[in-house]
Amino acid sequence: MSDIAIEIRGFSQYFGQVRKINGLDLDVRRHEILGIIGPARSGKSTFLCALNRLNDLVRGSRHEGAIVVEGRDIYAPDVDVVELRRRLGMVFATPVPLPRSIYENVAFGARRAGVRRRDELDAIVRDSLEKGGLWEEVLDRLESSGQKLSGGQQQRLCLARILAVKPEFILLDEPTSGLDPISTMKIEESLRRLKKDYTIILVTNNTKQAARVADRTAFFLNGGLVEVGPTAKIFTAPDDRRTDDYLRGRFG
Amino acid sequence: MAGPKKAGAGNRLERNDRLIRLALLVVAFSAVSVLLVITVFIVGQGTPIMFRYGFKSFLAGSDWYPSEKLFGLWPMIVGSLFVTAGALAIGVPFGLSCAIVLTEFASKRVRGLIKPVIELLAGIPSVVYGFMGVVILVPFIRRTFGGPGLSVLAASIILGVMILPTVISISVDALQAVPPSYREGSIALGATRWQTVKMVLFPAARSGIIASIILGMGRAVGETMATIMIAGNAAEIPRSLLAPVRTLTSNVALEMGYATGEHREALFATGVVLFVIIMVLNTIANATSAKRRKAP
Repeated sequence: MSDIAIEIRGFSQYFGQVRKINGLDLDVRRHEILGIIGPARSGKSTFLCALNRLNDLVRGSRHEGAIVVEGRDIYAPDVDVVELRRRLGMVFATPVPLPRSIYENVAFGARRAGVRRRDELDAIVRDSLEKGGLWEEVLDRLESSGQKLSGGQQQRLCLARILAVKPEFILLDEPTSGLDPISTMKIEESLRRLKKDYTIILVTNNTKQAARVADRTAFFLNGGLVEVGPTAKIFTAPDDRRTDDYLRGRFG
Repeated sequence: MAGPKKAGAGNRLERNDRLIRLALLVVAFSAVSVLLVITVFIVGQGTPIMFRYGFKSFLAGSDWYPSEKLFGLWPMIVGSLFVTAGALAIGVPFGLSCAIVLTEFASKRVRGLIKPVIELLAGIPSVVYGFMGVVILVPFIRRTFGGPGLSVLAASIILGVMILPTVISISVDALQAVPPSYREGSIALGATRWQTVKMVLFPAARSGIIASIILGMGRAVGETMATIMIAGNAAEIPRSLLAPVRTLTSNVALEMGYATGEHREALFATGVVLFVIIMVLNTIANATSAKRRKAP
Protein backbone atom coordinates (compact mmCIF):
# COMPACT_ATOMS: atom_id res chain seq x y z
CA MET A 1 0.00 0.00 0.00
CA SER A 2 1.48 3.29 -1.07
CA ASP A 3 1.30 6.26 1.23
CA ILE A 4 -0.69 8.29 -1.29
CA ALA A 5 -4.27 8.68 -0.05
CA ILE A 6 -5.63 11.05 -2.69
CA GLU A 7 -4.38 11.52 -6.24
CA ILE A 8 -5.58 14.47 -8.26
CA ARG A 9 -4.81 14.19 -11.97
CA GLY A 10 -5.42 16.94 -14.51
CA PHE A 11 -8.42 18.18 -12.57
CA SER A 12 -10.35 21.24 -13.76
CA GLN A 13 -13.52 22.63 -12.25
CA TYR A 14 -15.95 24.86 -14.12
CA PHE A 15 -19.02 26.76 -12.93
CA GLY A 16 -20.87 27.60 -16.12
CA GLN A 17 -18.28 29.36 -18.29
CA VAL A 18 -15.97 30.19 -15.41
CA ARG A 19 -12.98 27.95 -14.80
CA LYS A 20 -12.05 27.94 -11.10
CA ILE A 21 -9.45 25.15 -11.14
CA ASN A 22 -7.21 24.52 -14.08
CA GLY A 23 -5.50 21.18 -14.69
CA LEU A 24 -4.48 20.44 -11.13
CA ASP A 25 -2.04 17.61 -10.32
CA LEU A 26 -1.49 16.91 -6.63
CA ASP A 27 -1.01 14.00 -4.23
CA VAL A 28 -2.16 13.91 -0.65
CA ARG A 29 -0.26 11.55 1.63
CA ARG A 30 -1.83 9.47 4.35
CA HIS A 31 -1.70 10.96 7.88
CA GLU A 32 -0.23 14.26 6.88
CA ILE A 33 -1.48 17.77 7.33
CA LEU A 34 -1.38 19.31 3.90
CA GLY A 35 -1.56 23.09 4.09
CA ILE A 36 -2.97 24.96 1.11
CA ILE A 37 -2.17 28.63 0.80
CA GLY A 38 -2.76 31.18 -1.90
CA PRO A 39 -4.47 34.50 -2.53
CA ALA A 40 -8.23 34.91 -2.72
CA ARG A 41 -9.86 33.33 -5.80
CA SER A 42 -6.95 30.99 -6.31
CA GLY A 43 -9.27 27.96 -6.17
CA LYS A 44 -8.40 26.69 -2.69
CA SER A 45 -11.96 26.39 -1.39
CA THR A 46 -13.25 25.11 -4.72
CA PHE A 47 -10.58 22.42 -4.51
CA LEU A 48 -11.82 21.29 -1.07
CA CYS A 49 -15.41 21.26 -2.29
CA ALA A 50 -14.35 19.16 -5.27
CA LEU A 51 -12.93 16.52 -2.93
CA ASN A 52 -16.25 15.86 -1.21
CA ARG A 53 -18.28 16.77 -4.30
CA LEU A 54 -20.00 19.67 -2.59
CA ASN A 55 -19.48 21.50 -5.89
CA ASP A 56 -22.20 19.25 -7.31
CA LEU A 57 -24.75 21.41 -5.49
CA VAL A 58 -23.82 24.44 -7.58
CA ARG A 59 -25.81 24.80 -10.77
CA GLY A 60 -23.73 24.51 -13.94
CA SER A 61 -20.91 22.69 -12.15
CA ARG A 62 -18.69 20.61 -14.45
CA HIS A 63 -15.26 19.01 -14.16
CA GLU A 64 -12.48 17.41 -16.17
CA GLY A 65 -9.78 15.03 -15.02
CA ALA A 66 -9.84 12.68 -12.06
CA ILE A 67 -9.70 12.67 -8.28
CA VAL A 68 -8.80 9.26 -6.91
CA VAL A 69 -9.41 8.67 -3.21
CA GLU A 70 -7.93 5.44 -1.84
CA GLY A 71 -7.81 3.93 -5.30
CA ARG A 72 -11.27 4.92 -6.49
CA ASP A 73 -12.29 7.76 -8.78
CA ILE A 74 -14.81 9.75 -6.78
CA TYR A 75 -16.59 10.94 -9.91
CA ALA A 76 -17.24 7.40 -11.12
CA PRO A 77 -20.95 6.83 -11.68
CA ASP A 78 -21.32 4.13 -9.01
CA VAL A 79 -19.89 6.27 -6.20
CA ASP A 80 -22.22 6.88 -3.24
CA VAL A 81 -21.89 10.64 -2.78
CA VAL A 82 -23.43 10.65 0.69
CA GLU A 83 -20.94 8.01 1.81
CA LEU A 84 -18.11 9.97 0.20
CA ARG A 85 -19.03 13.10 2.14
CA ARG A 86 -19.03 11.12 5.34
CA ARG A 87 -15.49 9.89 4.60
CA LEU A 88 -14.25 13.39 3.83
CA GLY A 89 -15.54 15.52 6.68
CA MET A 90 -15.51 19.26 6.10
CA VAL A 91 -15.22 22.20 8.49
CA PHE A 92 -16.23 25.56 7.06
CA ALA A 93 -14.80 29.03 7.59
CA THR A 94 -17.89 30.19 9.43
CA PRO A 95 -18.87 27.77 12.15
CA VAL A 96 -22.47 26.72 11.63
CA PRO A 97 -23.78 24.77 14.58
CA LEU A 98 -27.18 23.37 13.73
CA PRO A 99 -29.98 24.99 15.72
CA ARG A 100 -29.98 22.21 18.29
CA SER A 101 -28.23 21.24 21.51
CA ILE A 102 -24.48 20.64 21.71
CA TYR A 103 -25.20 16.95 22.20
CA GLU A 104 -27.51 16.74 19.19
CA ASN A 105 -25.05 18.62 17.00
CA VAL A 106 -22.44 15.95 17.59
CA ALA A 107 -24.90 13.04 17.60
CA PHE A 108 -26.45 14.23 14.32
CA GLY A 109 -24.14 12.31 12.02
CA ALA A 110 -24.10 9.20 14.17
CA ARG A 111 -27.89 9.12 14.35
CA ARG A 112 -27.98 9.54 10.61
CA ALA A 113 -25.68 6.56 10.30
CA GLY A 114 -28.16 4.49 12.28
CA VAL A 115 -26.79 4.56 15.83
CA ARG A 116 -29.83 4.45 18.12
CA ARG A 117 -28.67 3.21 21.52
CA ARG A 118 -28.29 6.02 24.02
CA ASP A 119 -25.11 4.67 25.62
CA GLU A 120 -23.42 4.29 22.22
CA LEU A 121 -24.40 7.83 21.29
CA ASP A 122 -23.15 9.11 24.65
CA ALA A 123 -19.80 7.45 24.04
CA ILE A 124 -19.51 8.84 20.51
CA VAL A 125 -20.42 12.35 21.62
CA ARG A 126 -17.92 12.29 24.45
CA ASP A 127 -15.13 10.79 22.36
CA SER A 128 -15.68 13.27 19.53
CA LEU A 129 -15.83 16.28 21.82
CA GLU A 130 -12.63 15.14 23.52
CA LYS A 131 -10.84 14.77 20.20
CA GLY A 132 -12.15 18.14 19.13
CA GLY A 133 -10.76 19.62 22.36
CA LEU A 134 -14.12 20.88 23.60
CA TRP A 135 -15.27 18.26 26.11
CA GLU A 136 -13.86 19.94 29.23
CA GLU A 137 -15.64 23.19 28.46
CA VAL A 138 -19.10 21.82 27.72
CA LEU A 139 -19.43 18.59 29.70
CA ASP A 140 -21.90 20.15 32.14
CA ARG A 141 -24.12 21.79 29.53
CA LEU A 142 -24.47 19.35 26.68
CA GLU A 143 -28.17 20.14 26.42
CA SER A 144 -27.78 23.87 25.87
CA SER A 145 -27.90 25.24 22.34
CA GLY A 146 -24.83 24.84 20.16
CA GLN A 147 -25.41 28.36 18.91
CA LYS A 148 -24.80 29.86 22.35
CA LEU A 149 -21.13 28.86 22.35
CA SER A 150 -18.38 31.35 21.50
CA GLY A 151 -17.05 31.43 17.94
CA GLY A 152 -14.00 29.32 18.79
CA GLN A 153 -16.06 26.80 20.71
CA GLN A 154 -18.55 26.61 17.84
CA GLN A 155 -15.72 25.84 15.44
CA ARG A 156 -14.43 23.06 17.68
CA LEU A 157 -18.01 21.80 17.94
CA CYS A 158 -18.12 21.63 14.16
CA LEU A 159 -14.84 19.71 14.19
CA ALA A 160 -16.19 17.29 16.81
CA ARG A 161 -19.36 16.90 14.76
CA ILE A 162 -17.26 15.77 11.81
CA LEU A 163 -15.27 13.33 13.95
CA ALA A 164 -18.48 11.70 15.19
CA VAL A 165 -19.16 10.26 11.75
CA LYS A 166 -15.69 8.63 11.71
CA PRO A 167 -14.27 10.15 8.54
CA GLU A 168 -10.91 9.25 7.03
CA PHE A 169 -10.11 12.76 5.90
CA ILE A 170 -10.71 16.15 7.48
CA LEU A 171 -11.07 19.10 5.12
CA LEU A 172 -10.78 22.49 6.75
CA ASP A 173 -11.67 25.66 4.89
CA GLU A 174 -10.01 28.56 6.71
CA PRO A 175 -11.22 27.18 10.03
CA THR A 176 -9.73 29.95 12.14
CA SER A 177 -10.32 32.98 9.92
CA GLY A 178 -12.87 34.45 12.33
CA LEU A 179 -11.24 33.40 15.58
CA ASP A 180 -9.01 35.00 18.20
CA PRO A 181 -5.43 33.75 18.65
CA ILE A 182 -6.21 31.55 21.65
CA SER A 183 -9.09 29.76 19.91
CA THR A 184 -6.88 29.43 16.86
CA MET A 185 -4.18 27.83 18.98
CA LYS A 186 -6.66 25.35 20.44
CA ILE A 187 -7.83 24.31 17.00
CA GLU A 188 -4.26 23.89 15.81
CA GLU A 189 -3.48 21.74 18.85
CA SER A 190 -6.46 19.55 18.05
CA LEU A 191 -5.27 19.18 14.46
CA ARG A 192 -1.78 18.09 15.52
CA ARG A 193 -3.33 15.47 17.79
CA LEU A 194 -5.72 14.27 15.09
CA LYS A 195 -3.00 13.80 12.51
CA LYS A 196 -2.09 10.28 13.60
CA ASP A 197 -5.61 9.02 12.87
CA TYR A 198 -6.68 11.21 10.00
CA THR A 199 -5.41 12.78 6.82
CA ILE A 200 -5.96 16.51 7.04
CA ILE A 201 -6.17 19.14 4.33
CA LEU A 202 -6.06 22.66 5.70
CA VAL A 203 -6.88 25.64 3.49
CA THR A 204 -5.73 28.80 5.16
CA ASN A 205 -5.30 32.48 4.39
CA ASN A 206 -2.93 32.72 7.29
CA THR A 207 0.42 31.58 5.90
CA LYS A 208 1.88 31.44 9.40
CA GLN A 209 -0.74 28.89 10.31
CA ALA A 210 0.45 26.64 7.49
CA ALA A 211 4.00 27.14 8.72
CA ARG A 212 2.94 26.13 12.24
CA VAL A 213 0.91 22.99 11.58
CA ALA A 214 1.32 21.72 8.01
CA ASP A 215 3.73 18.91 7.14
CA ARG A 216 3.65 19.88 3.50
CA THR A 217 2.36 23.07 1.97
CA ALA A 218 0.90 23.68 -1.47
CA PHE A 219 0.76 27.13 -3.03
CA PHE A 220 -2.22 27.78 -5.30
CA LEU A 221 -2.48 30.65 -7.76
CA ASN A 222 -5.23 31.40 -10.29
CA GLY A 223 -6.77 27.94 -10.00
CA GLY A 224 -3.50 26.06 -10.45
CA LEU A 225 -0.78 24.56 -8.28
CA VAL A 226 2.44 26.57 -8.31
CA GLU A 227 4.40 24.23 -6.11
CA VAL A 228 4.08 21.78 -3.25
CA GLY A 229 6.73 20.57 -0.84
CA PRO A 230 7.73 20.17 2.79
CA THR A 231 6.54 23.21 4.71
CA ALA A 232 10.05 24.19 5.84
CA LYS A 233 11.26 24.23 2.25
CA ILE A 234 8.29 26.20 0.91
CA PHE A 235 8.76 28.85 3.56
CA THR A 236 12.54 29.12 3.39
CA ALA A 237 13.67 28.13 -0.08
CA PRO A 238 10.73 27.84 -2.50
CA ASP A 239 11.56 26.80 -6.06
CA ASP A 240 9.18 29.28 -7.65
CA ARG A 241 9.64 33.02 -7.39
CA ARG A 242 5.87 33.61 -7.17
CA THR A 243 5.72 31.55 -3.95
CA ASP A 244 8.44 33.63 -2.45
CA ASP A 245 6.72 36.86 -3.54
CA TYR A 246 3.41 35.76 -1.99
CA LEU A 247 4.98 34.72 1.30
CA ARG A 248 6.83 38.00 1.53
CA GLY A 249 3.64 39.90 0.83
CA ARG A 250 4.73 41.33 -2.51
CA PHE A 251 1.38 40.51 -4.08
CA GLY A 252 -1.91 38.83 -3.37
CA MET B 1 -23.69 84.65 16.22
CA ALA B 2 -23.76 81.20 14.63
CA GLY B 3 -24.44 79.46 17.92
CA PRO B 4 -28.00 80.57 18.73
CA LYS B 5 -29.05 80.21 15.09
CA LYS B 6 -27.97 76.59 15.07
CA ALA B 7 -29.76 75.95 18.33
CA GLY B 8 -32.93 77.45 16.80
CA ALA B 9 -32.72 75.11 13.81
CA GLY B 10 -32.14 72.22 16.17
CA ASN B 11 -35.24 73.11 18.16
CA ARG B 12 -37.33 73.32 15.05
CA LEU B 13 -36.12 69.91 13.88
CA GLU B 14 -36.75 68.51 17.29
CA ARG B 15 -40.27 69.91 17.28
CA ASN B 16 -40.95 68.39 13.85
CA ASP B 17 -39.62 65.13 15.11
CA ARG B 18 -41.99 65.21 18.07
CA LEU B 19 -44.93 66.06 15.83
CA ILE B 20 -44.18 63.23 13.42
CA ARG B 21 -43.76 60.81 16.26
CA LEU B 22 -47.11 61.89 17.67
CA ALA B 23 -48.82 61.55 14.28
CA LEU B 24 -47.40 58.05 13.80
CA LEU B 25 -48.51 57.10 17.29
CA VAL B 26 -52.06 58.23 16.49
CA VAL B 27 -52.09 56.22 13.28
CA ALA B 28 -50.71 53.15 15.01
CA PHE B 29 -53.18 53.52 17.83
CA SER B 30 -56.14 53.88 15.48
CA ALA B 31 -55.41 50.39 14.12
CA VAL B 32 -55.43 49.03 17.64
CA SER B 33 -58.51 51.01 18.54
CA VAL B 34 -60.49 49.38 15.74
CA LEU B 35 -59.88 46.06 17.44
CA LEU B 36 -60.87 47.65 20.73
CA VAL B 37 -64.11 49.03 19.29
CA ILE B 38 -65.03 45.68 17.77
CA THR B 39 -64.33 43.88 21.01
CA VAL B 40 -66.33 46.32 23.12
CA PHE B 41 -69.23 46.32 20.68
CA ILE B 42 -69.51 42.54 20.30
CA VAL B 43 -69.04 41.87 23.99
CA GLY B 44 -71.49 44.65 24.89
CA GLN B 45 -74.15 43.31 22.53
CA GLY B 46 -73.52 39.62 23.10
CA THR B 47 -72.87 39.05 26.77
CA PRO B 48 -76.14 40.26 28.40
CA ILE B 49 -78.11 37.43 26.91
CA MET B 50 -75.48 34.95 28.03
CA PHE B 51 -75.90 36.17 31.59
CA ARG B 52 -79.69 36.06 31.30
CA TYR B 53 -79.83 32.46 30.09
CA GLY B 54 -76.70 31.25 31.86
CA PHE B 55 -73.35 30.41 30.28
CA LYS B 56 -73.92 26.71 30.61
CA SER B 57 -77.15 26.54 28.67
CA PHE B 58 -75.60 28.81 26.08
CA LEU B 59 -72.34 26.99 25.51
CA ALA B 60 -73.33 23.43 26.31
CA GLY B 61 -76.95 23.48 25.17
CA SER B 62 -77.43 21.34 22.10
CA ASP B 63 -80.67 22.90 20.81
CA TRP B 64 -80.74 25.97 18.68
CA TYR B 65 -84.35 27.03 18.13
CA PRO B 66 -84.35 30.82 18.31
CA SER B 67 -88.13 31.02 17.83
CA GLU B 68 -88.61 28.97 21.01
CA LYS B 69 -85.95 30.92 22.89
CA LEU B 70 -83.53 27.97 22.86
CA PHE B 71 -80.05 29.25 22.20
CA GLY B 72 -77.65 26.29 22.55
CA LEU B 73 -74.39 26.94 20.69
CA TRP B 74 -72.75 23.56 21.33
CA PRO B 75 -73.52 22.09 17.87
CA MET B 76 -71.96 25.11 16.18
CA ILE B 77 -68.90 25.05 18.44
CA VAL B 78 -68.38 21.37 17.66
CA GLY B 79 -69.06 22.08 13.99
CA SER B 80 -66.41 24.80 13.78
CA LEU B 81 -63.85 22.63 15.56
CA PHE B 82 -64.55 19.60 13.35
CA VAL B 83 -64.38 21.54 10.13
CA THR B 84 -61.21 23.36 11.19
CA ALA B 85 -59.51 20.17 12.34
CA GLY B 86 -60.49 18.51 9.06
CA ALA B 87 -59.15 21.43 7.05
CA LEU B 88 -55.84 21.28 8.93
CA ALA B 89 -55.63 17.49 8.54
CA ILE B 90 -55.87 17.97 4.79
CA GLY B 91 -54.19 21.32 4.24
CA VAL B 92 -51.14 21.03 6.51
CA PRO B 93 -49.58 17.80 5.17
CA PHE B 94 -50.19 18.90 1.60
CA GLY B 95 -49.01 22.44 2.24
CA LEU B 96 -45.83 21.45 4.05
CA SER B 97 -44.90 18.82 1.47
CA CYS B 98 -45.45 21.35 -1.24
CA ALA B 99 -43.31 23.92 0.58
CA ILE B 100 -40.49 21.41 0.97
CA VAL B 101 -40.62 20.41 -2.67
CA LEU B 102 -40.63 24.05 -3.75
CA THR B 103 -37.68 25.09 -1.60
CA GLU B 104 -35.52 21.99 -1.63
CA PHE B 105 -36.17 19.78 -4.60
CA ALA B 106 -37.81 21.74 -7.40
CA SER B 107 -35.74 23.35 -10.13
CA LYS B 108 -35.93 27.09 -10.55
CA ARG B 109 -38.22 26.73 -13.55
CA VAL B 110 -40.72 24.50 -11.79
CA ARG B 111 -40.72 26.83 -8.78
CA GLY B 112 -41.30 29.83 -11.03
CA LEU B 113 -44.27 28.01 -12.50
CA ILE B 114 -45.87 26.70 -9.31
CA LYS B 115 -45.42 29.55 -6.86
CA PRO B 116 -47.46 32.18 -8.73
CA VAL B 117 -50.21 29.62 -9.29
CA ILE B 118 -50.40 28.94 -5.57
CA GLU B 119 -50.49 32.64 -4.83
CA LEU B 120 -53.30 32.96 -7.34
CA LEU B 121 -55.18 30.36 -5.32
CA ALA B 122 -55.30 32.85 -2.45
CA GLY B 123 -56.94 35.45 -4.65
CA ILE B 124 -59.91 33.31 -5.70
CA PRO B 125 -63.06 34.55 -3.90
CA SER B 126 -64.40 32.08 -1.36
CA VAL B 127 -67.77 31.99 -3.12
CA VAL B 128 -66.01 30.39 -6.08
CA TYR B 129 -64.56 27.69 -3.85
CA GLY B 130 -68.06 27.17 -2.46
CA PHE B 131 -69.47 26.96 -5.96
CA MET B 132 -66.91 24.35 -6.99
CA GLY B 133 -67.80 22.44 -3.84
CA VAL B 134 -71.49 22.48 -4.57
CA VAL B 135 -71.14 21.58 -8.23
CA ILE B 136 -68.39 18.97 -8.09
CA LEU B 137 -67.42 17.83 -4.61
CA VAL B 138 -70.82 17.54 -2.93
CA PRO B 139 -72.40 15.36 -5.68
CA PHE B 140 -69.21 13.28 -5.73
CA ILE B 141 -69.40 12.62 -1.99
CA ARG B 142 -73.13 11.88 -2.23
CA ARG B 143 -72.55 9.33 -4.98
CA THR B 144 -69.47 7.70 -3.51
CA PHE B 145 -70.07 7.65 0.25
CA GLY B 146 -73.81 8.30 0.55
CA GLY B 147 -75.44 10.88 2.81
CA PRO B 148 -76.50 14.34 1.72
CA GLY B 149 -73.08 15.27 0.38
CA LEU B 150 -73.26 18.62 2.16
CA SER B 151 -71.05 17.54 5.03
CA VAL B 152 -68.11 17.91 7.38
CA LEU B 153 -66.01 16.09 4.82
CA ALA B 154 -66.89 18.43 1.96
CA ALA B 155 -66.23 21.50 4.09
CA SER B 156 -62.93 20.08 5.35
CA ILE B 157 -61.68 19.36 1.84
CA ILE B 158 -62.62 22.75 0.45
CA LEU B 159 -61.23 24.61 3.48
CA GLY B 160 -58.13 22.43 3.33
CA VAL B 161 -57.54 23.69 -0.20
CA MET B 162 -58.33 27.25 0.81
CA ILE B 163 -55.67 27.32 3.54
CA LEU B 164 -53.01 25.86 1.21
CA PRO B 165 -51.72 29.21 -0.08
CA THR B 166 -51.35 30.52 3.48
CA VAL B 167 -49.55 27.42 4.73
CA ILE B 168 -47.36 27.11 1.64
CA SER B 169 -46.24 30.68 1.17
CA ILE B 170 -45.38 31.26 4.84
CA SER B 171 -43.62 27.89 5.18
CA VAL B 172 -41.68 28.55 1.99
CA ASP B 173 -40.54 31.90 3.39
CA ALA B 174 -39.54 30.22 6.65
CA LEU B 175 -37.59 27.46 4.87
CA GLN B 176 -35.89 29.89 2.53
CA ALA B 177 -34.85 32.02 5.50
CA VAL B 178 -32.75 29.12 6.85
CA PRO B 179 -29.14 30.10 6.12
CA PRO B 180 -27.69 28.08 3.21
CA SER B 181 -24.72 27.24 5.43
CA TYR B 182 -26.99 24.95 7.51
CA ARG B 183 -27.78 23.01 4.37
CA GLU B 184 -24.15 22.79 3.28
CA GLY B 185 -23.04 21.84 6.78
CA SER B 186 -25.54 19.05 6.98
CA ILE B 187 -24.82 17.74 3.50
CA ALA B 188 -21.07 17.87 4.14
CA LEU B 189 -21.72 15.67 7.17
CA GLY B 190 -23.02 13.02 4.82
CA ALA B 191 -26.73 13.66 5.29
CA THR B 192 -29.06 13.12 2.36
CA ARG B 193 -31.37 15.89 1.14
CA TRP B 194 -34.31 14.39 3.01
CA GLN B 195 -32.35 13.93 6.25
CA THR B 196 -31.27 17.54 5.93
CA VAL B 197 -34.88 18.65 5.60
CA LYS B 198 -36.03 16.52 8.51
CA MET B 199 -33.22 17.08 10.97
CA VAL B 200 -31.98 20.57 10.13
CA LEU B 201 -34.37 22.66 8.08
CA PHE B 202 -37.56 21.77 9.93
CA PRO B 203 -36.18 22.52 13.39
CA ALA B 204 -34.61 25.72 12.09
CA ALA B 205 -37.80 26.91 10.42
CA ARG B 206 -40.11 25.63 13.13
CA SER B 207 -41.46 28.92 14.37
CA GLY B 208 -42.32 30.04 10.84
CA ILE B 209 -43.99 26.75 10.06
CA ILE B 210 -46.05 26.92 13.23
CA ALA B 211 -47.04 30.47 12.30
CA SER B 212 -48.19 29.25 8.90
CA ILE B 213 -50.38 26.63 10.56
CA ILE B 214 -51.84 29.17 13.00
CA LEU B 215 -52.73 31.52 10.18
CA GLY B 216 -54.21 28.67 8.16
CA MET B 217 -56.25 27.70 11.21
CA GLY B 218 -57.46 31.26 11.58
CA ARG B 219 -58.57 31.27 7.99
CA ALA B 220 -60.41 27.95 8.38
CA VAL B 221 -62.21 29.01 11.57
CA GLY B 222 -63.22 32.33 10.09
CA GLU B 223 -64.27 31.20 6.61
CA THR B 224 -67.99 31.75 6.11
CA MET B 225 -69.20 31.80 2.53
CA ALA B 226 -67.69 28.50 1.38
CA THR B 227 -68.85 26.69 4.52
CA ILE B 228 -72.40 27.98 4.19
CA MET B 229 -72.52 26.66 0.64
CA ILE B 230 -71.17 23.17 1.28
CA ALA B 231 -71.44 22.25 4.96
CA GLY B 232 -75.19 21.71 5.03
CA ASN B 233 -75.82 24.10 7.92
CA ALA B 234 -77.96 21.80 10.05
CA ALA B 235 -77.71 23.02 13.62
CA GLU B 236 -77.02 19.58 15.06
CA ILE B 237 -73.95 17.85 16.36
CA PRO B 238 -72.58 15.87 13.39
CA ARG B 239 -72.59 12.11 13.94
CA SER B 240 -70.14 11.31 11.16
CA LEU B 241 -67.91 12.92 8.55
CA LEU B 242 -70.79 12.68 6.11
CA ALA B 243 -73.30 14.51 8.29
CA PRO B 244 -74.14 18.15 7.62
CA VAL B 245 -72.77 20.69 10.04
CA ARG B 246 -73.14 24.37 10.90
CA THR B 247 -70.19 26.48 11.99
CA LEU B 248 -70.26 29.53 14.26
CA THR B 249 -69.58 31.86 11.37
CA SER B 250 -72.33 30.31 9.26
CA ASN B 251 -74.73 30.69 12.17
CA VAL B 252 -74.21 34.44 12.29
CA ALA B 253 -74.24 34.96 8.53
CA LEU B 254 -77.32 32.84 7.90
CA GLU B 255 -79.57 34.42 10.47
CA MET B 256 -78.36 37.99 10.97
CA GLY B 257 -80.50 39.20 8.08
CA TYR B 258 -83.80 38.61 9.81
CA ALA B 259 -82.93 38.27 13.49
CA THR B 260 -84.44 40.68 15.98
CA GLY B 261 -84.51 41.06 19.74
CA GLU B 262 -83.01 38.23 21.73
CA HIS B 263 -82.29 36.21 18.61
CA ARG B 264 -80.10 39.05 17.39
CA GLU B 265 -78.37 39.23 20.74
CA ALA B 266 -77.78 35.48 20.60
CA LEU B 267 -76.00 35.93 17.28
CA PHE B 268 -73.75 38.52 18.84
CA ALA B 269 -73.09 36.00 21.58
CA THR B 270 -72.07 33.57 18.83
CA GLY B 271 -69.59 36.22 17.76
CA VAL B 272 -68.24 36.41 21.30
CA VAL B 273 -67.69 32.64 21.36
CA LEU B 274 -65.96 32.76 17.99
CA PHE B 275 -63.78 35.57 19.24
CA VAL B 276 -62.79 33.65 22.36
CA ILE B 277 -62.09 30.44 20.43
CA ILE B 278 -59.74 32.24 18.05
CA MET B 279 -57.99 33.96 20.94
CA VAL B 280 -57.54 30.65 22.77
CA LEU B 281 -56.26 28.83 19.68
CA ASN B 282 -53.76 31.57 18.98
CA THR B 283 -52.58 31.66 22.55
CA ILE B 284 -52.07 27.90 22.68
CA ALA B 285 -50.22 27.89 19.38
CA ASN B 286 -48.05 30.85 20.37
CA ALA B 287 -47.25 29.31 23.73
CA THR B 288 -46.16 25.98 22.24
CA SER B 289 -44.01 27.63 19.62
CA ALA B 290 -42.41 29.86 22.26
CA LYS B 291 -41.76 26.91 24.55
CA ARG B 292 -40.18 24.92 21.76
CA ARG B 293 -38.02 27.79 20.74
CA LYS B 294 -36.68 28.04 24.25
CA ALA B 295 -35.75 24.35 24.38
CA PRO B 296 -32.41 23.44 22.76
